[in-house]
Amino acid sequence: MEIKNNIIMSLKDLSVSYTEGIYAVKDVTADLLDKNITAIMGPSGCGKSTLLRAINRMHELYSNIKVTGEINLKNNNVLKMNPMSVRKMAGMVFQRPNPFPTMSIADNVMAGYKLNGIRKSKSEREEIIKNSLTDVGLWNEVKDSLNKKGSFLSGGQQQRLCIARAIALKPEILLLDEPTSALDPIATSKIEDLLLELKKQFAIIIVTHNMSQAARISDSSMFMYLGELIEYDNTKKMFTNPSNKKTEEYLTGNFG
Amino acid sequence: MTDKIFKQLLFVLSLIVLFITAGMIYSLVSGSLPALREFGIFHFISSSEWDPKAENYGALPFIVGTLLTSFLALLISLPFSLSIALFTGEYYKNSRFSRIISSFVNLLSGVPSIVYGLWGFYSIRPIIINMGISSNGLGILTSSIVLAIMIIPYASSLSSEFLGMVPANLKEASYSLGSTRLEMIRNVMIPYASSGVTASYILALGRALGETMAVTMLIGNTNNLPSSLIATGNSMASIIANQFGEADGLKLSSLIAIALLLMLITAFINLIGKLIIRRFQ
Amino acid sequence: MVCVLSSIIAIPLFSIVWKVVSKGYKQISLEFFTQNIPNSWEASLALKSGNIIPGGIAPGITGSLFMVAIASLMAIPLGITIGVYLCENPNNKYASIVRFISDLLQGVPSIVIGLITYSWVVTTLKSYSALAASVALTIMMLPMIIRSTEETLKMLPNSLKESALALGASRIKTTYYVIIPSAFSGIFTGILLSVSRVIGETAPLLLTSLGSSSINWNIFSPTSSIPTLIWDFYNDPNLLNMVWSSSLILLTIVFVLNYIAKTVSQSRNN
Repeated sequence: MEIKNNIIMSLKDLSVSYTEGIYAVKDVTADLLDKNITAIMGPSGCGKSTLLRAINRMHELYSNIKVTGEINLKNNNVLKMNPMSVRKMAGMVFQRPNPFPTMSIADNVMAGYKLNGIRKSKSEREEIIKNSLTDVGLWNEVKDSLNKKGSFLSGGQQQRLCIARAIALKPEILLLDEPTSALDPIATSKIEDLLLELKKQFAIIIVTHNMSQAARISDSSMFMYLGELIEYDNTKKMFTNPSNKKTEEYLTGNFG
Repeated sequence: MTDKIFKQLLFVLSLIVLFITAGMIYSLVSGSLPALREFGIFHFISSSEWDPKAENYGALPFIVGTLLTSFLALLISLPFSLSIALFTGEYYKNSRFSRIISSFVNLLSGVPSIVYGLWGFYSIRPIIINMGISSNGLGILTSSIVLAIMIIPYASSLSSEFLGMVPANLKEASYSLGSTRLEMIRNVMIPYASSGVTASYILALGRALGETMAVTMLIGNTNNLPSSLIATGNSMASIIANQFGEADGLKLSSLIAIALLLMLITAFINLIGKLIIRRFQ
Repeated sequence: MVCVLSSIIAIPLFSIVWKVVSKGYKQISLEFFTQNIPNSWEASLALKSGNIIPGGIAPGITGSLFMVAIASLMAIPLGITIGVYLCENPNNKYASIVRFISDLLQGVPSIVIGLITYSWVVTTLKSYSALAASVALTIMMLPMIIRSTEETLKMLPNSLKESALALGASRIKTTYYVIIPSAFSGIFTGILLSVSRVIGETAPLLLTSLGSSSINWNIFSPTSSIPTLIWDFYNDPNLLNMVWSSSLILLTIVFVLNYIAKTVSQSRNN
């Protein structure tokens, strides 16, 4: 099947190492497509989260992590840009829902603006909040409690709030690190439906340890093993007819 | 402000703590040099003459006063604070009764030193006089008693924490072998928590050493070497508080030397206590 | 046995409270809070005629609040910031030195701090002053605030900081808009506890702010405080009866502060 979308991000010989010579991610080269859901999967320790976090340079929070290669987001090498600018372009959602406990729901959505010192007029603010919460399907549930803190929301709702917070900044891509592994099955399926909607607006990269999730929602999939990108292809094709033997072993549950 | 500047600012601000401490040590040392040079360190520490007219000063009575009152206070407080620690850390743990005791202890810890001194003077002193122990009711014993009450909260809350850290499975192992509660406490809990509890008492001693107001009001304020527990005397802190007002020259320098000594002793004791805790963890 | 020994602790507590309340309540009135310190002669007259000593401790109350407020203004921002610094650098060798020295500072007897502040501020300004006392109190409050800030921050989940940074926030904004507000109640408790400790301190104030006969708002002049007034009253046979009412006020303030701190920290744990 021909992939007609544009390439939004290309990784070139990307390597991440913790100490000399030990690579968590090794020479990954791939072109990621816009308005697409790309799943990164693999057994524990294969480097998928490390790869994701290298994209928005979260690894720099911890010292002695070295990254080599290129990550080109719309023709700019992310690794050479100001990290804060990169993070505005790449929204991230974490495994455990973590709305800011001291901010109201409305403030949480606008947190990206506030933390970057970007001022918005009252009407712009209201518009952003409404749009973001509607896009994640939370608007009707919280529209009367916008000024309350989000602690009364369920886990799934909190996670959707975090997604709203990420997309409010209108990023180029959305990075999700196992976003549903802390949620129950119903909440999980709601989030999966949400992602299928959101991909019409954003490129989505989702790290998942659940290969059926990858099969359900992703358009393309990456399979990683011991830091290397073993196979990267259209999801349907990879699941029905994997090109690499390792991929096949993983998908049939022979390890990991 | 960029992040880099922020990081540097944090670093610079943290230096303030170091500067304050270094400045303190410097001021104390430079202030005591005249007296120490005049009398010689060893002589100063071992002489019990405090004679303003002859300008001859020695710190021994006060060192003894401080050490005596603090150690005696520690001794007196031991049965009570240990009981409270056991009470709240083991027996009745999490019960209403234990919470009440904890809040009483908490309230006691908030009482300012001067109020303790007042209470000691008007409540404890008459008792000492009535019991015929001493005629004026002041002295080492009285101040030690009040000092003991002052350090009970600190000692008991610290040791209670350590006792609470004994893992449940160790206690259960002891019970499963048929031990009584007391046996379990004696043979399992206390050995396990012993270094932590010891450290708590060492730290409480550190607190007692520096206590000023209550001791000043109860120790009798005489400059002689205390000859017995009911004798009056002075502690390092109280002599400074008493004589600082009009002191100058050699006298001032001697007082500063005493302060230096006090700080060193307190720091040393606290250091030992903290080290033991670090080993425990 | 353990029960008995533990319960004995109630005796001194009740005895202290009873003594202070029973002997002090007679003096308490609006005048007590608003009027100036009586002098010795007025007091002796009142005593002879069996009346309550006239006057009040207004200079002491305002002085205490004034000096503690200034000390807080200095100690709180500094202490919180250093606490943040220590939490951000848990393994740094330099940070462990700072932590160690801060602990050391906490153990220094209050009279020694008073002595030092005397030689730094009082001799330089050539007068006792509220400023000197505030400096001494700041030095005493600092280690407590640093420690409670660091401990509270350590308990915050890492993901909080990461989500803020993932939104592109700078380190400063993350610290001040996300981390510190989330740690607020723990830090607040630490502040309350350190305030309640220094407000009852006498020794350092005797050596730095001394005392004045009327209400003083000049930071460079000698200032009264409740504890130093208690000491002055104690040493004057005519004014002796004032010690109880003053102690009552002091004790109430300290107990209230401790109660608030406890309530705040308990609601946080829930």
